[in-house]
Formats: sequence, C-alpha cells, structure tokens
Amino acid sequence: MSSEEWRIVWFTAWVSVLSVACILPAGLPLAWILARRDWPGKSVVETIVTLPLVLPPVATGLILLRLLGNRGAIGRFFNDTLHLQLVFTWRAVLAALTVMSFPLFVRSARSAFEDVNPRFEQIARTLGANEWRVFFTISAPLALRGIVGGMLLAFARALGEFGATVMVAGTIRGQTTISLAIFQAVDLGHDPTAYRLLGVSVALAFGAVWTSEWLLRRREASR
Amino acid sequence: MKLALKGLSLPLREFALEADVILERRSTAIFGPSGAGKTSLLDVIAGLRRPASAWIEFNGRLLADTARGVDLPPRLRRIGYVSQDLALFPHLSVRNNLLYGSRGGGAGGDVFSYDHVTRVLEIGPLAERAVTELSGGEQQRVALARALLASPQLLLLDEPLASLDSALKTRIIPYLARVRDEFGTPMLYVTHDRAEARALCEEVLEMWRGKIVKQIGMKEWTE
Repeated sequence: MSSEEWRIVWFTAWVSVLSVACILPAGLPLAWILARRDWPGKSVVETIVTLPLVLPPVATGLILLRLLGNRGAIGRFFNDTLHLQLVFTWRAVLAALTVMSFPLFVRSARSAFEDVNPRFEQIARTLGANEWRVFFTISAPLALRGIVGGMLLAFARALGEFGATVMVAGTIRGQTTISLAIFQAVDLGHDPTAYRLLGVSVALAFGAVWTSEWLLRRREASR
Repeated sequence: MKLALKGLSLPLREFALEADVILERRSTAIFGPSGAGKTSLLDVIAGLRRPASAWIEFNGRLLADTARGVDLPPRLRRIGYVSQDLALFPHLSVRNNLLYGSRGGGAGGDVFSYDHVTRVLEIGPLAERAVTELSGGEQQRVALARALLASPQLLLLDEPLASLDSALKTRIIPYLARVRDEFGTPMLYVTHDRAEARALCEEVLEMWRGKIVKQIGMKEWTE
C-alpha cells in the first residue's frame, strides 16, 4: 500500500473513533431517558433520532451542509466566533460520521437499558443511591454489552459512511475516507488501489466485530 | 413505630388500590391473594410508585402528601425493601451487594454494622462469592442483609420466601425472626401463606382487590 493509502486508512479509523467519542456523552443519557422516562412528545424525539438511519444519506448530508456552511446556523458561529471553517475540512467529516452513526448507537444502548430489570434500579434507590449513582453503578454496568455493541456498530457504520460525507467534505486530499477513496479510485480506473482499500475495509470491520465478541466473552468469564 | 396512610389511592389495571390505615405494631402481615395490590402498596410506601393521592407519615416524618406536592424520593425515606425477585445486583460480589447501601456502621446508634448483620444471618463466609453462585436460601439472606445494612427504619418484605420450597422456608423463617428481634426494625411482611404470617407477625392486614378489608391482631385472626 502506498503512503497515501495508509494515510486514508488512518484518517478514516481515527475520525470514526472520534465520532464514537462524540456520540457517547449525548447518546448514553438520551438512550437511558428514552428507555426509562415518559413525557409528552417523546415519540417526536424518537423519530428525529432515527431519521438519519432512514433518510437518504445524501439528504442528511445536504441538511448538514446547510447547517455547517459558513452561512448556516452552526457554521456561522464556528466561523465568526471561533474562526474555524467546518465544511470541506475533517471537522465536517467528523460531524457527518457522528450524525450518521448516532441512531445506531442510541437504538442499541436503549434496548440494552430496557433489558435491565427496573427492580435493580429501584432497590438501589431504596438503598440510598441518587440517580447518578444508580446510573453509573447499576444501569450502565448491566447494560454494558449493549453499550459496547452499540459503540462498535457506530464505529463500523462510521467506517463505511459515504453519502453524507461526500456532501459536506467532498474528496479532499489528506482527509478522504476509505469509502470516498474507493469510489474515487474506481471512478478513475485505479482498480488496484480500490481493491487494497477494500481489503483494509474488510479487515477493519472484521477486527471491530471480533474485538466486541472477545470483550463480551471476557466479561462473562469475569462474572 | 407508627405508619399512617391516609386517602391513599393508586389506579391499578382492574381496580384501584385504596388505603386508610394506621400501623403501630412491630410486625404486620399483609395478607391476600395474588393481584390484590399488596406489592403496589409496598411500592407506594417505599416511594417507588407515585400514587394518585396519598398522605403518608412515618414516625412523625412526612413521606408523601400529594395535596401539597410532597414526595420524598426513595433514597431519603430510609425504608428497606426486599422484593420478591430479591434483585441481587448480578454484576457485584456478595460483599459489594451488602455494602451498596451501607451507612458505615459501628458508632451511630441506629446504624447496623457489617459484622453484626452478617453474623446474625450467617453469611460472612459468602462475601467473596458471586451472587449467581448462591443457593436460594443464601440469596434470601443476602438480600435481607443488604436491606438491613442501609439501616432502614422500616423493612418491607415482599413474599421473601415465595421462591423457596417448604423445607427451605422453615429454615429461613427463624432468620427473619432473629432479624426482627435482634435489630428491632419494624417490618411489613407481604405473604399469602398463613403459617408464615403467624410465625412472624403480630398483626394482619387482609387485602382484597385493592382494599384493606380487615385489620386484626394475630391472636384474633381466624378466617
């Protein structure tokens, strides 16, 4: 593999990991609230969260492009206040991967929280635990399988994202993801590059799934 | 001890749970067929379910007054709860289950110490085991000890022997009696077994379809 190809692989893996890190602080509490609380308008929130999963990725990309652009609601703030350009930079790639993977994580973590017997949480409260302690010592550890599974799903989804990324970031040298590079290589007739990147994609996806299995097995053994 | 419930009302599936009662005995059996609302009554007292209306006072401490929007969270009620499924935290060792709600123990007058509780219930040697490795009777005693170690001022026991066979029941009852006598914590004991009620309680509340139909001393209790 050429150094340019390695750079693409590292960039993709690195931004995908970063997108999972961005998802966690918002996704984990949201998944818990969706699993455990009821409020008027909950179904609207559920639908919005799921939307990136069912919308055409390029449509989500277009929405992001409008929001993140220098005149968009979010882009203007970054541009004027922080002097940071978002679209057509790695930051836009990160935003696209985060938004596209978010629903997968939330769905997986939510069902994991729903599988936790609410009695455990209730009994913890009668034992004097406040809501934070209940979350970190009971709900989250008992839902860990689903949370880790959701993180790996989100990571795998980010690795393969194409439609939204191409809208907000295009194919810039040095910040192209594997999917974009494969498309570009095939488009330009560089088949060996495309196949090498394909091989790396398979290896990465295999590694992610295999690691999750291994983590869960180890957890079971330590019980 | 004095537990006063006034105007308590909670809609259940087929009927409403309603209670107006003052409990002053050290141990009271709540007796009735399955689905009579016994568990729901305990849940309301513990603060795990919010009633449509209720005024609840325990030893002069107001726990709930829906008319004035008072609803003390379960962690502040100091009411221990042993649920029917025991709800031992499966990811924690016996020791960490026991210490989950522990208030330290030793010095304070109303605080039970780890050594004392584990000695009375004879579970000291189990401390390092996983809760999933315990026998039914051991799990029972661990759940009881965990509730006690939070030094509750009232203990709610929801059919704690329901899952045990009759031979094991007769072995566990003396432990419950020891807890009652040794720690003096008043208890409400939900059961549909007359022998258990007789062995442990001074007074009976009979429930039928959500209503308390009889409140009577154990000696006078026949049918």
